[in-house]
Amino acid sequence: MSINYSERIPNNVDLAHDRTLQRALEHWQPRFLDWWRTLGPHDFEANDVYLRTAVGVDAQGWASYGYVKMPDYRWGIFLADEIPDRKIGFGDAFGQPVWRQVPGEFRAQFRRLIVTQGDTEPASVEQQRLLGHTCPSLYDLRNLFQVNVEEGRHLWAMVYLLHAYFGRDGREQAEELLARHSGDADKPRILGTFNEPIEDWLSFYLFGYFTDRDGKFQLKSLAESAFDPLARTCRFMLTEEAHHMFVGETGIGRVIRRTLEVMKEIGTDDPEAIRRHSAVDLPTLQRYLNFWFTSSLDLFGSEVSSNAATAFANGIKGRPDESQYDDHVCADATFALEVPDGRGSIATDTVPMRNAMNEVARNTYVKDCEIGVKRWNMAIKRAGVDFEIALPSTRFRRSIGAWADVPTDPAGTPIPREAYERRLPAWLPSESDRAFVHSLMRPVREPGKMAAWIAPPDRGINNLPVDYEYVRAG
Amino acid sequence: MSAVPEQTAGGEAKALVSYDTHPDKYAHWRLAFDGPVATLSMDVNEEKGLRPGYRLKLNSYDLGVDIELHDALQRIRFEHPEVKVVVVTSAKERMFCSGANIYMLGLSPHAWKVNFCKFTNETRNGIEDASRYSGLRFLAAVNGAVAGGGYELALACDEILMIDDRSSAVSLPEVPLLGVLPGTGGLTRVTDKRKVRRDLADFFCTTTEGVRADRAKQWNLVDHVAKPQSWAQALKEHVDRLVNASGRAGGKGVALTPLQREVDDAGYHYRHVDAQIDRSARTVTITVTAPAGPQPSDLAGIHQAGMAWWPLAMARELDDAVLMLRTNELEIGTWLLKTHGDAGAVLAVDQALAANAKDWFVNETIGMLRRTLARLDVSSRTMYAIIDQGSCFAGTLAELALAADRSYMLHLPDDAVAAPKLALSEANFGAYPMVNGWTRIRTRFCGEQAPLDAARKHVGEPLAAEAAAGLGLVTFTPDDLDWEDEVRIAIEERASQSPDALTGLEANLRFPVAETMETRIFGRLTAWQNWIFNRPNAVGEEGALKVFGKGAKAKFNWERV
Repeated sequence: MSINYSERIPNNVDLAHDRTLQRALEHWQPRFLDWWRTLGPHDFEANDVYLRTAVGVDAQGWASYGYVKMPDYRWGIFLADEIPDRKIGFGDAFGQPVWRQVPGEFRAQFRRLIVTQGDTEPASVEQQRLLGHTCPSLYDLRNLFQVNVEEGRHLWAMVYLLHAYFGRDGREQAEELLARHSGDADKPRILGTFNEPIEDWLSFYLFGYFTDRDGKFQLKSLAESAFDPLARTCRFMLTEEAHHMFVGETGIGRVIRRTLEVMKEIGTDDPEAIRRHSAVDLPTLQRYLNFWFTSSLDLFGSEVSSNAATAFANGIKGRPDESQYDDHVCADATFALEVPDGRGSIATDTVPMRNAMNEVARNTYVKDCEIGVKRWNMAIKRAGVDFEIALPSTRFRRSIGAWADVPTDPAGTPIPREAYERRLPAWLPSESDRAFVHSLMRPVREPGKMAAWIAPPDRGINNLPVDYEYVRAG
Repeated sequence: MSAVPEQTAGGEAKALVSYDTHPDKYAHWRLAFDGPVATLSMDVNEEKGLRPGYRLKLNSYDLGVDIELHDALQRIRFEHPEVKVVVVTSAKERMFCSGANIYMLGLSPHAWKVNFCKFTNETRNGIEDASRYSGLRFLAAVNGAVAGGGYELALACDEILMIDDRSSAVSLPEVPLLGVLPGTGGLTRVTDKRKVRRDLADFFCTTTEGVRADRAKQWNLVDHVAKPQSWAQALKEHVDRLVNASGRAGGKGVALTPLQREVDDAGYHYRHVDAQIDRSARTVTITVTAPAGPQPSDLAGIHQAGMAWWPLAMARELDDAVLMLRTNELEIGTWLLKTHGDAGAVLAVDQALAANAKDWFVNETIGMLRRTLARLDVSSRTMYAIIDQGSCFAGTLAELALAADRSYMLHLPDDAVAAPKLALSEANFGAYPMVNGWTRIRTRFCGEQAPLDAARKHVGEPLAAEAAAGLGLVTFTPDDLDWEDEVRIAIEERASQSPDALTGLEANLRFPVAETMETRIFGRLTAWQNWIFNRPNAVGEEGALKVFGKGAKAKFNWERV
């Protein structure tokens, strides 16, 4: 089968003249499409969806809008523009020219990072494949699909790196990215969180806000990499990732706004009364937030990590926004880490900074998460409601790292295990919370209409009105 | 394992490592029994390393973890003769075992590393020994990622079943990651046992990420693969098949009672074995005492005696003494092997062993003796057998003289009755093969048939010094006038020589001519590993083992040596 590459696959990597890439993609692209049809969004193959497609990396090119059937989406391959004379920004090789090829010495580490990152992209599409059936509006349905096709493109981006720089081994790994499936007991996705289905839209928004934000910080770290093609790929992905977080943040904001409206209408903050009016009471939202925030924290890895230290030292993976730091080598720097003291309290351990890079990234992530929380709280305050949404401590409900399986309350204060087990239902979504949220999930597909539990967005897509028919029968 | 406080002369307690433990005390393993199947699940407690300074993450192990494994294997041998198949698996999710703890290796002095590797090698050889001689079948149920020493443990099993979840990999990443070798038999078993082609082994051992189940099967790194959903079923099928293939007889187990050991300044003292240390001379005299009272000759009596039966009790004590001395007494470089008691009683025990060898308990007792003697063979200490008055180097105990690097036998020309005698039994010609597959006596004669045949004609015959020397069974036979000086000078001279050179010399001379996978592990692999363990590229301040995990890159001296 001959493919017109530049037409079918928008790219700025000279695909038309690259025989190696062509050979790899000839094999992989049909499999990708099979995967999309089998495990991509369920049931909407024939619909026309108003989607953004990247056809270039400049201001005009990266956001080209129009109706498209999702299987016909033009998944492209884009690297952000090359920065002339870019130098390695951190680690032992600080100041030396960046690498255009993968050094053999670090092949395995790069491959592992790229495969792990790449694995999350199709995983989230798989996790969300049934959500379309219960969309709260056409606007949201379109946003879901936009996120999905872009996660698909991010998979392409990682596959491009594997194909272009890792030879036969890379091609095999690219196949494996399609062979593993979210939640498949025989061939699960690599990271645990990505094997849990996302069954309701509240979770989808929280996933977008918290879990995709982890993705953003991973991409930011990789955008610093000394391996320039990886850095450039990730820089471009970040422009798209921003939209996913926008969907998350505004989604949560709209849920809150609707809840505040209902509270005002009925004049009570009684959760049961609010629920009877088909809105999500704020304590339930807080419990959902607790769940997604804490499971996203684990994605950064252990507080003290030899992998993180090696990746930093070797120029493989930097800190998010590395340029904001003064010391880019961190050979002797240390980090004061809070650890359980084993007697029910918190102690401080001094660890080498390089080993603490996961924690450094996690801390900047938490700060970033707080911005949206502040905005939501302002809305709550403006409505005169006495409730504050709060991020739990990074010590709460961790499964990885120094605080794994250490019982604490959401503020991070260590408590006896018995008290933890007893109080956990008040901190995380209960079965009845989930049943209630599921009961709200009824599809609304009339243009401009919103489900009862969510307020309309402030504006539509690409300056179009909110009641535009973003998804229509094909 | 535990730390035995030892009172020293100054009154301060020095923590000794001991090899005592019990399933109730395991911190790192779970041992479960279900009819003919024992399941050994690795579940390492990261906080409970034997020494301070490292955490046992990702089911990694240190000596303490391996002491429990060793204990569990002993329990299966003696307390559970009904067991036909041992499943070695992990209680962690998606992680079978990541091998020896690297931080532990980085922190440990050279001698600790070497002793640790020796013990772990012996324990893995012990798994194969139990398969070969006891009919036990070992199945490694690799239910997650497996790396380094974890794979080496699996390699020691009869078969390996690996999970095919599209992400778990099997790897030997020591070379690319740590700048050392897969030294617990891994490199050798991949080729010698699993017959992996050397070019594939070369690739496999130099790639950090290893290979996943499908390729592992293709390259014969594992025997079987199963997907997560069919894992339980596959495991059951393989276990059932191996149960049917096992030749283990079964019977009523005998409880492995704790060893009675007394430790004091003078040494390590047991009922049948005594190790007296002379610190200034850097020697220890290990005296094994013959059975004192009547010993059972029939099965009922043997089973009734159980752990107290002399050959077993003696072997356990000697084994423990060897381990204690190797781990805790590094400077005591010369071991003087002595025996004391009635040679006839020892030969009677040999007869009882031979007559009842088909019984599971007797078979396990012979196995315990075989492994204990094999431990002596690979101990990096000079061994002199001192065959003096009142000694009983007969049959099984004559193995001690044959294991020694040299033997001194007292010649009493004027007193034929009091003169010490050495006696061979049939046990010396087959019961206790060394790891080279040969008996000690055959090894002694470098495989030559004539001296072996000549010696065999004298089985059961008490041989005084001249006769023993004539058959080549002892080295020197000073008479009573020369004895003290000659023996003293020989010991002092030996103790003054380079311990490293002696270790190398002994390891070479103890295993002439015949090679097996085990001798290649103890010889070629271990020797290279110990060389690498001493090189700056591994253990220098910027060596790979030292900087691992600290985020600094190893700085190598690129000269090929």
